[in-house]
Amino acid sequence: MILMRSVGFLKALRGGALTAAMIFIGFFGATPNVRAQQNAPPPNTAGAPDYSKAEVHILHVQGNVYMLVGAGGNITVQTGDDGVLLVDAGVAQMSDKVLAAVRSISDKPIRYIINTHMHPDHTGGNEAIAKAGSTIAGGNVVGDIGASAGNQATILAFQAVLDRMSAPTGQQAPTPEGAWPTETYTTPERKMFFNNEGIEIIHIPAAHTDGDSMVFFRRSDVISTGDIFVTNRYPIVDMQHGGNIQGVIAGLNRIIEIAIPAAIGGNDVLQEGGTMVIPGHGRLCDVADVVFYQEMVTIIRDRVQDMINKGMTLDQVKAARPTRDYDPRYGATSGIWTTDMFVEAVYKSLAPKK
Amino acid sequence: MGGISRARLFAIFSLLFLSSMVMAKSATAQIDPSGDWAPRFDEDWEERIPGPEIGDYLGLPINDAARLRGDSWDAALIELPENQCRMHGSDYGWRGPSNLHIWQEVDRATQRVIAYHMHLSAYGAEQTVWMDGRPHPPDYALHTWQGFSTGEWEGDTLVITTTHLKENWIRRNGIPRSDLATARARLMKHGNYLTVAVIVYDPVYLTEPFIRTTDFVYTPQQQMAPWPCDPVDEVDRPAGQVPNHLIGANPFLDEFPARYGIPPEATRGGAETMYPEYQLKMKNMKRLPRPAKVVPNR
Repeated sequence: MILMRSVGFLKALRGGALTAAMIFIGFFGATPNVRAQQNAPPPNTAGAPDYSKAEVHILHVQGNVYMLVGAGGNITVQTGDDGVLLVDAGVAQMSDKVLAAVRSISDKPIRYIINTHMHPDHTGGNEAIAKAGSTIAGGNVVGDIGASAGNQATILAFQAVLDRMSAPTGQQAPTPEGAWPTETYTTPERKMFFNNEGIEIIHIPAAHTDGDSMVFFRRSDVISTGDIFVTNRYPIVDMQHGGNIQGVIAGLNRIIEIAIPAAIGGNDVLQEGGTMVIPGHGRLCDVADVVFYQEMVTIIRDRVQDMINKGMTLDQVKAARPTRDYDPRYGATSGIWTTDMFVEAVYKSLAPKK
Repeated sequence: MGGISRARLFAIFSLLFLSSMVMAKSATAQIDPSGDWAPRFDEDWEERIPGPEIGDYLGLPINDAARLRGDSWDAALIELPENQCRMHGSDYGWRGPSNLHIWQEVDRATQRVIAYHMHLSAYGAEQTVWMDGRPHPPDYALHTWQGFSTGEWEGDTLVITTTHLKENWIRRNGIPRSDLATARARLMKHGNYLTVAVIVYDPVYLTEPFIRTTDFVYTPQQQMAPWPCDPVDEVDRPAGQVPNHLIGANPFLDEFPARYGIPPEATRGGAETMYPEYQLKMKNMKRLPRPAKVVPNR
């Protein structure tokens, strides 16, 4: 599917339309088996992706948590007696299929959508899915939001997500108002208790964007990472929206710090299992997979930093190909996020500001 | 005989006889590998037990990307708590100093073998090989050290296909095998000996399939030891630091070719170095001066 990107899409990307292009990333986000062929030239296809043929796949992760794949960015679903909580909502075009998938898991009302960041492959479904849900309203919930508070699910995100999706009064907002977060937080961490488990919403500053959240389901022992961690490409560092490679690495380190691998007989044998990790794109993971990825990103960061310290220009760094040992796995020569773009983002994240 | 001709009757009996022969053949062709097996290290001792030298990529059909992974690899990486108890992948685990225990899982009603379970003492690795024809999981499912394995019989050989592997070693000096690789193991029993041939197909780091064999001997008196492993902070280093050699800065790469008198070019590996005729090519390659005193590596 990753081979279906259109020429028009690439032109839009060159024009700086990274955010809009995120829709396509999710839809065309290569699965691991497809990624091996990524360096093959794309076929000459044109036009927008055909979402009518896309399917949403459901994978039970563990505990109360499921993973929905195929609707853009991965969607995390937590269910229980209190209702349904989603982490991210996929692209707008897949909302009906996402709702059908959620309904096949639980018939309880959708109460929350937590956005890990503002890109439309994670927030595009906000409006339609939120409208299909409801918030338990009353007390200060009605007081804060108004009488219509109960008419849709709460959309919760870091404040920067609302800032990026909306616009000051009188200006054109980049997204419809119905898709905006209805509740935001500005602290390093937001805690809630839902479906009999504690949930930590952890803000990682200046990482993939400036509004990233990771969601940790403490009883189910699952972390939903957003695009700070993906398995099918180098991490996208959206510097136009406050991203930075150092923040991505900090986020990966945080996942490793939180996650605990399974143990046998009281010993931490295996270094796998235990805490499950749902990446923003790609396959289900555990902490060992995150460690490999963190090592890769950190090593590339170290190399680029060393080259900057030696006075190399961006072009010289690109020519030195500091990612070449990882390119067959994560690199791309075309598409939304090429190796060249990644190296440039790392360089600009680290280079002294002039 | 009610209208059935003698020729037709003969044909029916022949068919039944042939069917019974085929069934008997398929039953007897399957040589159960269950039991306890002890490893033999006559093959590849240097690589398997003392461990490979830094920069020794000889005989590996690797590409430039794998070579740079190896050059950048710093053994201190294993000191990190998150790596200390990292077990080997099922395509590599046979190579370790591991006793092996294999047992069947049998469906009680039909007495059909549903799965073989294989326990290796190193890291307590346990691989399940499903024999009931179940499909492999979708590509978005979890990858594990042991992967997801299915088996089928080819004559007397149990052929195991494994997908959903986590990244792991091709050689334990930093040469990686990617998580997109598939492994095919062939278990062949010859009396009291078991040979395991593993072929690794890796579209990321290999230019050709890579095959190697490991031998075990039947050892019914064997006892399986546990393998406890608790990660500890071995070295005080800043959180998030990843030991690695910067590109072109690994000071140890010349030690292996100098110590053994092997041309440095050959130690870089590649598919060509797997084949015997490569030795002729090596004769014309430049070698490094041998160190004045050869230091034993173990």
